[in-house]
Amino acid sequence: MTTEVGSETEVKEKAEESAAQPDQSEKAEEETEEIANAEGEEKEKEKEKEKDGKEGKGISRYLPTWLKKQKSLSQTSPTKEVPATEEAVNKVTQDEEGPTPEVNGHAEEVEEKEAEKSEQVTEKEAESHSNASADTEPAKEEKVEESPKKSPEEAKETTEGEGAEEQKKEQEGEAEGVEEGEGEGQASIFQSPLRLVRKTKMKLVVCQVSLLDGTDFTCEVEKRAKGQYLFFKVCEHLNLLEKDYFGLTYTDSHEQKCWLDPTKEIKRQIRSNNWQFAFNVKFYPPDPSLLTEDITRYLLCLQLREDVASGRLPCSFVTHALLGSYTLQAEFGDYEPDQPRPLDYVSQRTFAPNQNKEMEEKILELHKSHRGMTPAQADTQFLENAKKLSMYGVDLHHAKDSEGVDIMLGVCANGLLVYKDRLRINRFAWPKILKISYKRNNFYIKIRPGETEQFESTVGFKLQNHRSAKRLWKVCVENHSFFRLNAPEPPPKARFLTLGSKFRYSGRTQAQTRVASSLIDRPAPNFERTSSKRISRSLDGAPMISITEAGRDTAENGRELHSDSKTPTLKLKEVDLSPGDAEATPTQSPGDSELAPSQDHDKTQDEVLKHQASISQLKRSFMEAPPPSPPQPNQWEKRLTSSPATTIRVQQQQVTTEVEIEETVVVQEVSKAPKPGLVTVTISSPPEEHTREQEVKVGEEVEVAVEAKAVKQESVSSESESEEEAEYHPNVSVSFSNTQIPEEKEEEEEVEQEKKEEEKTSEQDTSAPDAPALPVEVSQPVETTIREGEEDTGAEKKNAEEEQGGVTEESTDDPMLTPEEAPNGLTLPEESVTMTAEAEEEPKMNGEASLVEAEPRPQVICCSEPPVVKTEMVTISDTFAAQKTEIATKEVPIVHTETKTITYEAAQLDGNGDGEPGVLMTAQTITSESLCTTTTTHITKTLKGGLSETRIEKRIVITGDCDIDHDEALAQAIKEAKEQHPDMSVTRVVVHKETELAEEED
Amino acid sequence: MAGLMAGFGHYTHAVVRGVPASLAAEALRMTDAEVDLSKAQREHEAYVEVLRTKLGLEVVELPADESLPDCVFVEDAAVVCGDTALITRPGAESRRRETELMKGALKDLNLNLVEMTDENATLDGGDVLFTGREFFVGLSKRTNQRGAEILADAFKDYAVSTVPVLEGLHLKSFCSMGGPGLIVIGSSEPAQKTLKIMQQMSDHRYDKLTVPDDLAANCIYMNLPNKGHVLLHCTPEQYPESAKVFDKLKDHMLIPVCNKEKVKVDGALTCCSVLINKKANI
Repeated sequence: MTTEVGSETEVKEKAEESAAQPDQSEKAEEETEEIANAEGEEKEKEKEKEKDGKEGKGISRYLPTWLKKQKSLSQTSPTKEVPATEEAVNKVTQDEEGPTPEVNGHAEEVEEKEAEKSEQVTEKEAESHSNASADTEPAKEEKVEESPKKSPEEAKETTEGEGAEEQKKEQEGEAEGVEEGEGEGQASIFQSPLRLVRKTKMKLVVCQVSLLDGTDFTCEVEKRAKGQYLFFKVCEHLNLLEKDYFGLTYTDSHEQKCWLDPTKEIKRQIRSNNWQFAFNVKFYPPDPSLLTEDITRYLLCLQLREDVASGRLPCSFVTHALLGSYTLQAEFGDYEPDQPRPLDYVSQRTFAPNQNKEMEEKILELHKSHRGMTPAQADTQFLENAKKLSMYGVDLHHAKDSEGVDIMLGVCANGLLVYKDRLRINRFAWPKILKISYKRNNFYIKIRPGETEQFESTVGFKLQNHRSAKRLWKVCVENHSFFRLNAPEPPPKARFLTLGSKFRYSGRTQAQTRVASSLIDRPAPNFERTSSKRISRSLDGAPMISITEAGRDTAENGRELHSDSKTPTLKLKEVDLSPGDAEATPTQSPGDSELAPSQDHDKTQDEVLKHQASISQLKRSFMEAPPPSPPQPNQWEKRLTSSPATTIRVQQQQVTTEVEIEETVVVQEVSKAPKPGLVTVTISSPPEEHTREQEVKVGEEVEVAVEAKAVKQESVSSESESEEEAEYHPNVSVSFSNTQIPEEKEEEEEVEQEKKEEEKTSEQDTSAPDAPALPVEVSQPVETTIREGEEDTGAEKKNAEEEQGGVTEESTDDPMLTPEEAPNGLTLPEESVTMTAEAEEEPKMNGEASLVEAEPRPQVICCSEPPVVKTEMVTISDTFAAQKTEIATKEVPIVHTETKTITYEAAQLDGNGDGEPGVLMTAQTITSESLCTTTTTHITKTLKGGLSETRIEKRIVITGDCDIDHDEALAQAIKEAKEQHPDMSVTRVVVHKETELAEEED
Repeated sequence: MAGLMAGFGHYTHAVVRGVPASLAAEALRMTDAEVDLSKAQREHEAYVEVLRTKLGLEVVELPADESLPDCVFVEDAAVVCGDTALITRPGAESRRRETELMKGALKDLNLNLVEMTDENATLDGGDVLFTGREFFVGLSKRTNQRGAEILADAFKDYAVSTVPVLEGLHLKSFCSMGGPGLIVIGSSEPAQKTLKIMQQMSDHRYDKLTVPDDLAANCIYMNLPNKGHVLLHCTPEQYPESAKVFDKLKDHMLIPVCNKEKVKVDGALTCCSVLINKKANI
């Protein structure tokens, strides 16, 4: 809670900034608001001006949220304005989600306020008045009086808060050093949730968050606070820094567990007055030993213990016993031989869904063997075993396949798993999936085509309803982003006019969070491991439970602070949360301290624990998936049709007696810097066996052609798309893979906007790589698709023959650019793209390649000089903007070419493929929307000492705009090659990347 | 201390069973081949001898039962992983009673027994490939989905994926494990197809060793103290080309074992024993 002030200030600043720059139309509203508010609070400002001048923000950090707002408003004092404006310039781009939710906020505000509906100005005035007269004001002043004691620290933090946002990540580490700084550091990474809650009507709601140790965390948030605000509060309470693996869940009106979207208002998500949440692991780290802090591992352990005990994470008897024994070791330390009745404390805990004496004895026996192990070591061992369980980190969703057979879809770090009962019947790794979408209650994945297939296939599943489909889709999008991408996809606003809401993963990716964790520099925080008694079965049915339920009922309804109500403490103790109560800050509330984990060991707290147990039971029953349907063995034959047997493409052209056959993949990437980029992935011949060339070209021109049509379609599609639907292109970590979810309560304007959005989306669709046909996309008229295809082929031939020559011309028109964006938006992105391409490509390539090439065989990786790459100069058009050219030519080579050869030398015969002319087996061109893929395959067969060797050289040229993620493209190319020829090994990967600056239309 | 999924290939015990005289005439077979009973018996004795003497396993030898002509192929009667043993319900009606003796033997070894009682379920151990990290169950003439489900229930720690067996009797008629993360696979098209499915279904990466003869792809891998990687595989006489491939495994102690007669009644190397690791039991 303390942390948001800094960024809040920035919001303010931005708003002011927008005043200065009227063309930022989104900001206009805010601005007026700000002014009105600021005026209304003149008095306050004056009162606190001295403090505010120096420490205002710091102080306000210690205020409850409703006070903070006022504080921050008062910060709009003239002294702050100058630096603010400067900052704002930088931050405008980052302020992605701001406007939309704020608009929403307005809407709600109007609802809530009886009289002041019509004009915003009046509304604001009213608000400011109400602020001044609000009953919370006295409280605020009290707070202010208290806070100066802490001012030195605050001052420091304040400066941090005011610092550039870009540096906030680094600050995370620094902040640690400062007492109380952790919270600040963490929260500052994200944009302040408070910015959304600028309205000064101070409706506070009590949130109850069930923590993993079984305790509840209670805090107040503003009614319109965003999800991340609450999440940060919880993390702060937990002293958790590596929080990207976690999230908050709520139970929706259909008893379904949903993840609270951090970027959206809580109120709009929960859609009920039930402000109850649970803190849970959202992304299970595949290797928990890579986590930095023990406290993170501890929390993960707690989650897994519950998963295991509830049966969500199935495991065998022995594993139950082993995990249980580590739990005992972590919570109680060494086995005490003196313990009078050791089995008692074991049997009081739940380690397994069907725990019995035998298991408990086994647990004890194993516990004895862990003597000397520290709690942290025991947790580590626990995780090392838990992570190997096949259902670790798999999020299951009920579905039916196209035949109506009940199945489960499991989303995990590696992709999508399909289960029928307990059996895995199919699996789609993320790189295999081109697109994820849902429409109504259907969920679709588009699968990358195999070698023998020209077009991708689409697999559809039926979910129970559209909410389930959407939920599954979101989980997929988030998991893919978190585990597969280096960075979350850029927000749609960067390029498109965005209106309405679009869902994408908003947090840090695993890669990012690992980097961030590595910077954590604080002494290991002290925390107490609570007893797992909380999940004791033996307490079921205890008299306490009825009381518990009562308490729970009252707690179900989020209460407003103004009505002195009972806090949902376990003992139903009445707690005065009125604003005047200085103790009412969330972390200090008496109810809360009662729940402190440190007291859990206290025997007198048994009732509390019982209560917690029952709550966690309740929680679990909410979250538990319904039992799987009875087996339907007869369906298996049917299932086979859609099972991998058919999905898998077999292309066996080589007969080999070699233990391993080599396959060389030369990946050539060419990308055009500004918008259009050309990625050429060439898989070329190994010195031995297979020579295969694949060229994948992604052409901008295609996009252009398609785009016009897309606009035409738009009207049609927007009408047909009354149902919620969305798409996601998992393999393209580019902006166009973002998908939108229409706002549910749409006003007329929003509908309009949505149409535009759909227009954009169709563009996005069409610009997706490797997506020639869109069988699933109901909204896409077939004709269009065909026409697209035709045009693509045309354009693509050009590419194939001339390489990038043609592309450059085409790139002249950038359909994605809106006129306003062009002047400013282009220059910077261009530059940066080019630069990053240069700077990052190399290391990433290596990283990716070695990752993808996870062949366990020992291999020598060496980088050599440009191999089999056709290098072609790209013409730069005259129309190229003068300034851009300047920048480009000075800073960056016009045509940037990178060639990388990674050679894998396995223990095979030395082949000499150079002498062989090579047979062109296939030259395949796959064109889809804006991407053009040309695959050329050369297969050379030689006889050597009775052994037939086949060498495939594959050249893939991908031509596309800079939005193509080259790493992804490379990884996919290699992966595909491997999948197509699993019995061969990749001996060489050459990446040739050309980055050109293409002409740009002004 | 033993952890989950530690020690793939570690074995201490082997359960085998004698060759009944009825095998020659009555044992089930996919081709009409004449079996020389005495040769088959000698072959089997040699096999047991390798396990007992050369590899030092504790061999539990069950007596043959003349009413069960296929009883020498004990693998189909039980699947043992860790300290859990699943007593199967063999797909061939005539083989159901083979499990009785096996059950007793495994019980004596203090394994946790899980029995497949569901009358709709069938499963032959020969259709079960355990890779060390997960199970693949071949859906074949002998094994059905329900059987695979029960197996998945018995070994909850592991992913259990089903794969179609397009040709051959069992899944392991054309593949087996040749080491940790190494799948030995036949080169026939159905075998390769099945391998591709396995690769697609798995979160783990496997190396593969392709041998020209499908039947030669059935070998027995062990990781034994003082011996390291051990591989029992086909003889050069039987499958010369495939034997050459095995010869390339430099890190393995290679032990060619003759299986010429038993293979006529679809008995592969893995079929003739159930391997157990008692020390791994935690």
